[in-house]
Amino acid sequence: MMAKIQIAGVSKAFGNGVPALAGIDLDVAARELVCLLGPSGCGKSTLLNIVAGFLAPTTGRVLVDGTPVTGPGADRGVVFQEYVLFPWLTVAGNVEFGPTLTGVPTEERRRTAARYLEMVGLRAHAEKFPVQLSGGMKQRVAIARALANSPSIILMDEPFGALDAQTREILQDELSKIQRVEHKTIIFVTHSIREAVYLGDRVVVMTSAPGCIKQVFDIKLPDVRDRFAPDFTQYEAEITRLVKEEVAKVHE
Amino acid sequence: MRSRVLALLLLLAAWAVVAYGNRVVEAMNPVLLPTPGEVVSVTVAALRDGTLLRNLLTSFTRIVEGFGIAAVAALTLGTLAALCAPLRLMLEPVIEFVRPIPPLAFLPMFLVWFGLGETSKVAFIAYTTFFPMFVGVAAGVLRVDVMLLRAAASLGATRADLVRRVVLPAALPAIIVALRLGFGLALFVIVGAEFIGADAGLGNLIMEGRTYFNPPAIVMGALVLGFLGSLVNALLLTVERRVLHTTYR
Repeated sequence: MMAKIQIAGVSKAFGNGVPALAGIDLDVAARELVCLLGPSGCGKSTLLNIVAGFLAPTTGRVLVDGTPVTGPGADRGVVFQEYVLFPWLTVAGNVEFGPTLTGVPTEERRRTAARYLEMVGLRAHAEKFPVQLSGGMKQRVAIARALANSPSIILMDEPFGALDAQTREILQDELSKIQRVEHKTIIFVTHSIREAVYLGDRVVVMTSAPGCIKQVFDIKLPDVRDRFAPDFTQYEAEITRLVKEEVAKVHE
Repeated sequence: MRSRVLALLLLLAAWAVVAYGNRVVEAMNPVLLPTPGEVVSVTVAALRDGTLLRNLLTSFTRIVEGFGIAAVAALTLGTLAALCAPLRLMLEPVIEFVRPIPPLAFLPMFLVWFGLGETSKVAFIAYTTFFPMFVGVAAGVLRVDVMLLRAAASLGATRADLVRRVVLPAALPAIIVALRLGFGLALFVIVGAEFIGADAGLGNLIMEGRTYFNPPAIVMGALVLGFLGSLVNALLLTVERRVLHTTYR
């Protein structure tokens, strides 16, 4: 079966000529959640931006369902670290943004928005504006906004990176729950090993400068995970050792 | 609100003290320093015979027409220039060359081109107010966060969607400020234009006050302009607050 997302020989060099990514090959299957993990500056966000179509690769290409990516599109929803809600729209307005573009009738749009706001527990806040929300609530809106547009793929760029530790774990639980219902194909960028092991079907560990894939871990844990189970901590320890090597290299 | 009224009353009191005091000590020829009472009686007379309202309406119409034309042009060109780099690179040097020329330096040219009628005034106001509004609109649009555009594009927005649903609402605060500045400037230059080549308008009223040596009429004209400016500014501020209240509070 053809992979949902095929990343083939992708490299990226920015204007200063310094390579950020070198020769990335990665296939992501439909309904799979892949975590991209690596030290800051390893190019994991760059890779995500290439898949999203915000950046063009210097060499190589990205295929989605066999079609090359040439720009951003509604088939690939994106959730950003800084939320990036539209401040002039209400919570409901933000969630309805995608369906509005495609001319979905008002009634249906309302229902869709209500369903996803319910899913992220914000039904009661539908008429508020983003300034009135906390960081965790904003990110919930951003997730609902992406889901309401029913993309087959969701790209998440350190979505919980700006949140405090408690909120972060709650949102990880919620995302895990949502994924068990929605079955999206997700690429999730993070620098938290714990988060990657908790959420990922696979964890891709990247090396830094230029970013390459160092190792891919299949996380063979149950769908509902326990952060304190022995096999969980074992994955965590193993990946930590690998990442430490990389971080040490940067400091040498 | 109360402190504002108080401040204005204090200003009025200061004027009254100086003007009526001068009547007593005669530090200056009393004719040269009108008192509030004189200005009020001149104003009442001008209201009675309709000259004040007529001139006010004349000036206001010119301002609204000139400002309206410039606002539409600045919005369109400013947005286009900000979105389209080649156009911006072409427009920028021209505008940055013309903009620093004091507009009043070109006023005689407008009178030569358009005569003494309404057209020259309206065109002159449009010309003057276009530049600051263009610069403000273009800067506002240029400063729209690229992440907002990315978010919208990943939700399926086309180029037209991006302009209508992201760029314009995101730049709205800057656009409103640009319009306010433009209107303030229109009020500023209409007087100059009416000083030179007009037979009606508040500027003309003031100039007649000089010609016929009627200082209270000069002060009246200036005060009416002040009121008009404050009124419109308050109106625009209210619009701004209503639009932005929920969003950027």
